[in-house]
Amino acid sequence: MQLKNPSNIAKALALASCALVGQSAQVQASEEKLDDWKVDAAIMYYGEEDRVQAVEAIGNVQKAFGDESLLDMKLVVDSLTGASASGAVAQAETQTFTRPSGDGQYQTAPGETPLDDTFHDTRVQASANWAETLSPVWKTNVGVNGSKEFDYFSMGLNAGIERSFNKDNTTLVLSGAYTFDTIDPVGGKPVAFSAMAVRGDYNTEEEYRTAFDLTRVEGTEDKKTMDMMLSITQVLSRRWVFQANYGLSSISGYMTDPYKILSQVDDTGTSQGYLYENRPDSRLKHSFYMMTKGALDAGVVDFSYRYSTDDWDLNSHTLETHYRYYFSGRFYGQVHLRYYQQQAANFYRPFLMADEPLPEYASADYRIGDMSSYTLGLKFGQRLSGGHEMSYRLEYYQQNPENNGTELVGQLQDQDLFPAVKAIMAQVSYSF
Amino acid sequence: MNRTIIAIAIAISLSACSSLGVEPWEKNQLARADMALDSEKLDLALDDHIYFSKEGSSGGRSLAGGGCGCN
Repeated sequence: MQLKNPSNIAKALALASCALVGQSAQVQASEEKLDDWKVDAAIMYYGEEDRVQAVEAIGNVQKAFGDESLLDMKLVVDSLTGASASGAVAQAETQTFTRPSGDGQYQTAPGETPLDDTFHDTRVQASANWAETLSPVWKTNVGVNGSKEFDYFSMGLNAGIERSFNKDNTTLVLSGAYTFDTIDPVGGKPVAFSAMAVRGDYNTEEEYRTAFDLTRVEGTEDKKTMDMMLSITQVLSRRWVFQANYGLSSISGYMTDPYKILSQVDDTGTSQGYLYENRPDSRLKHSFYMMTKGALDAGVVDFSYRYSTDDWDLNSHTLETHYRYYFSGRFYGQVHLRYYQQQAANFYRPFLMADEPLPEYASADYRIGDMSSYTLGLKFGQRLSGGHEMSYRLEYYQQNPENNGTELVGQLQDQDLFPAVKAIMAQVSYSF
Repeated sequence: MNRTIIAIAIAISLSACSSLGVEPWEKNQLARADMALDSEKLDLALDDHIYFSKEGSSGGRSLAGGGCGCN
């Protein structure tokens, strides 16, 4: 083959290079398209010794639209089964309780912490968030979320605005959220401080049903939460960044746990009956959080501290740290330590005395009592080809409830009223 | 008196922020993916859910929200 003239060669070369450039541009475009999507997925098992077991699956998808906009969507599905402490105290005798629905009973053996073993639920939660960069120094975001479980429905809106200063070294964020929850307890809402009706105390099923119905109110209850947070992030050096947050949360509505009870005991510590608990219908919480994070040559480390206080007088301190070490460019190990300590809400009572007048509010839920807890965790992560990452996490969590200073009477001195709760958590995550 | 001291301390610490920090070309370490404050987003979300349902206080790192009948 003979070329007709040099100009044809130039044309052919130009055409060929165009085709090459075009092709590489296409490759680049499709890579960018893939890069616009980020998917994180995880499945977690949480299991307490003899108590609650949960499996939770979580998926998060991020999609960037240019440099300015980011859509973030999350879906969580979890399933819970097992038993949870009802609030009643352990006794030297067998105890009989009515199930929350009023249908049927369950018994607790002598010396055992009463656990309500009917607890099971499935929850689905979805959320979407849109973040928009308005200018080099202003950013904003808005989001919605909703969740549904058997006896609970929640809907929320949130928004935030962010301003950066000082060559992007200082960032201020103001955010707020409003959440509306509806509670529809199994068997109806218990009348505050009404006595649990137990089938054995009645001659006929009908008499029992009438008594049980007197402890219940039909219909749903709701709860409104308003959250506000002010956050400042500051770059301290080439490797360290610091964040401080102040959070304010105002909750109003139904905060009583419809499934929790209190034992009413005589001066020998023997249970005379069980009352449904009652909590205040408003709560104002403040939290102060600070965190520092550092980039190490072969890892990352962070330390954080949170102080939380509220008008229930429930104060808490939380210390937490994560330390990650890269064994190689592709493989890392990470240690997680957390210590938490809380002081009981002012209406927390491990039990009530039968001969004393009822307080305005009371709950024996150990989760609002004096308590400390700690977490020890290990995680391993592996970077795979194509930017994928797989990680495994195993954690041990132990709660140590404590007496809030209540004098234990009679047989209660022989019972373990504040048993430790031990749990493990295992998680597998995949990102691509 | 105490409040004035706190206000002055906050004002000084905020103005000190304007001199803290690094130049944009010195941010290579801070720009690492593992240095993002939410680099382990799912772990943090799962942890928050556990502690929210098992302890008396929640939130701090981000908005506390709610959305479950577990507490």
